[in-house]
Amino acid sequence: MIRIIGILAGLFFALGVLWSFATGAFTAATEGFGEETAEHAFHEYPAELDLASDGVLGTWDVPQLQRGFKVYQEVCSACHGLKFVAFRDLADLEYTEAEIKAIAAQFQVPGVDPDTGEAVMRAAGPTDYIPSPYPNAVAAAAANNNAIPPDLSLITKARHDGPAYVYSLLTGYSAIPEELKEEFPDFSTPPGLYYNRYFPNLNLAMAPPLTSAGQVAYEGGSPTIEQMSEDVAAFLTWTAEPTMAKRKSIGWPVLGFLLFATILAWLAKKQIWSGIKPVRKD
Amino acid sequence: MSFPWAQAYEPKTGLTRFLDERLPLPRFVYNAVGAGYPVPRNLNYMWNFGVLAGFALMLQIVTGIVLAMHYAPNALVAFATTEHIMRDVNWGWMMRYAHANGASFFFVVIYLHIFRGLFYSSYKAPREMIWLLGVVIFLLMMATAFMGYVLPWGQMSFWGAKVITGLFGAIPLVGEPLQVWLLGGFAPDNAALNRFFSLHFLLPFVIAGVVILHIWALHIPGSSNPTGVEVKGESDTVPFHPYYTAKDGFGLGIFLLVFMAFVFFLPNYLGHPDNYIEANPLSTPAHIVPEWYFWPFYAILRAFTQDIFFIPAKLLGVLAMFASILVWFFLPWLDKSPVRSGHYRPLFRKFFWFGLIPTMLVLFYCGGAPAEEPFVMLSQIATAYYFLHFLVILPIISSIERPQPLPYSITEAVLGSDKKPMLGENASPAV
Repeated sequence: MIRIIGILAGLFFALGVLWSFATGAFTAATEGFGEETAEHAFHEYPAELDLASDGVLGTWDVPQLQRGFKVYQEVCSACHGLKFVAFRDLADLEYTEAEIKAIAAQFQVPGVDPDTGEAVMRAAGPTDYIPSPYPNAVAAAAANNNAIPPDLSLITKARHDGPAYVYSLLTGYSAIPEELKEEFPDFSTPPGLYYNRYFPNLNLAMAPPLTSAGQVAYEGGSPTIEQMSEDVAAFLTWTAEPTMAKRKSIGWPVLGFLLFATILAWLAKKQIWSGIKPVRKD
Repeated sequence: MSFPWAQAYEPKTGLTRFLDERLPLPRFVYNAVGAGYPVPRNLNYMWNFGVLAGFALMLQIVTGIVLAMHYAPNALVAFATTEHIMRDVNWGWMMRYAHANGASFFFVVIYLHIFRGLFYSSYKAPREMIWLLGVVIFLLMMATAFMGYVLPWGQMSFWGAKVITGLFGAIPLVGEPLQVWLLGGFAPDNAALNRFFSLHFLLPFVIAGVVILHIWALHIPGSSNPTGVEVKGESDTVPFHPYYTAKDGFGLGIFLLVFMAFVFFLPNYLGHPDNYIEANPLSTPAHIVPEWYFWPFYAILRAFTQDIFFIPAKLLGVLAMFASILVWFFLPWLDKSPVRSGHYRPLFRKFFWFGLIPTMLVLFYCGGAPAEEPFVMLSQIATAYYFLHFLVILPIISSIERPQPLPYSITEAVLGSDKKPMLGENASPAV
């Protein structure tokens, strides 16, 4: 009885889904698989980027993180906050306590006047988090053509291949390619948006932030846009996971110990089973 | 209950003698996973995954309790407390990565455990109850994992919660009020997050309870084995300890090596980047996908795109998704072949390796892919085969198949010969 009900139920679901299949196949046969879109055809996966933090032995390149932080401070921080990064965390970048205090003091954060209790803006201290320049999301949207600049703390973990994505996005601005215009004459970049082949829908609300070599003054030279982009990508890799280098360095002893323990366990197993005739492979 | 030749527990010290007369816990452990539990001598490495699943459950409970000490289930701060754990809590990043990847590896071992059961027909008499409890554990695991994924309150948390609770909305008449009641609102928000946290804390202990029943039920008939021939005598078994504790110890080492490689070197590989974006009810992600371990079932859910008469496609998808797991409950009665092991069932074996396994892989792949062609059509064919396999093919092959000859006993399968009992001889175990 169970089997008869089962066969009927099985046929119900199988035929039901095949009915969906048949209609889908009919649509595909008569109309094809839907039209190709400009976003699908011209959006590119992030370019290759090699950072010191990559790979299983990756660690931080501290001078690069400092350069990246400088790019963040002078360019990105005009619109983007780092709300999960405290100024005290900059100690990882080998800034001294005095330097961190000085860096923090350049930022204003909401506070309370100790005498009157009124809400005021005060200079940030080491225990404050790196603030957004906007008091709230509405102000951010109003100042940016209705697009809210995202907080960058986790940006490299919140995108596929994040560090390469940041680097590619910063270097990926261009005019609309001729082939795209030919294939998709309807495609356009609305005013206030910028064509960028690494952004999923190709039109990005962020104006090109790095526009000329040497925009951020480095010690002993003027960096290219690629150099600044790479440095800020490295810095944002750190902000997304400041514990990464520690994690990777601890991983090896852990795996080493486990390998040793597993070999011992295997030898113990072999020893214990040696009194029993071998098991036929099944 | 155990085999008559099981080694008997003898308390040797003053303390264990004291305990044995009052609360015989050492005796209980000895008989459950010690030398007092005789196990077939021919178990292969597919029999490691039960112990590994138990280990994964304990690992999830331990890491989860520590995480709960630092996490706040409030929609305003949940995302921030998760980052607080990652950045400021000592070893918090390790706890969280171990817990997040621990869920994935729990499912890895549980899927292998289930597939072991399917291939060797571990669900057949007299082990139906073990199987039924196992399916209950799997359902509880799915609920627990789903609610746990909501807790960090990232974009996938929020939208996953919205999609999955939306399934209840497909139920006719009571669907929408039911959905609002379950969520405590019209969309996932603080009320939903709070109850998900509460249930996510509770359910692992319910799972632990059902696991105890699962193991209890296992100890009545004893473990199955790769030949599917029941234990006939003492020569067919070895004591669980030290033989299988040693073998499971080695398996545990391999498991931990792979698991820790993920925790320390690929901690976000199995997750979705969108979950590092804080939940935003106003911004829908381009592709909403659940965690990888739900992909096959998600593919079945999405495979139904056409209404059938008065049944809407969405309801069909929901019914099919639940049915795809509920069908496992009926396996002991659908598959009537007296032979258990797939090794001796030529027809079953063909459908298993060339039907079910590729179907599961296709469903897995399509469930993670965007809802576009050709993935939808592929998942439709696979869904049809999935139901046909369990509900039509399995009952039919179990009645028409001609199984290959079975060994007389486990001992014969292992050693090539066994002393067969003769007429009039007492059924004493062969030596």
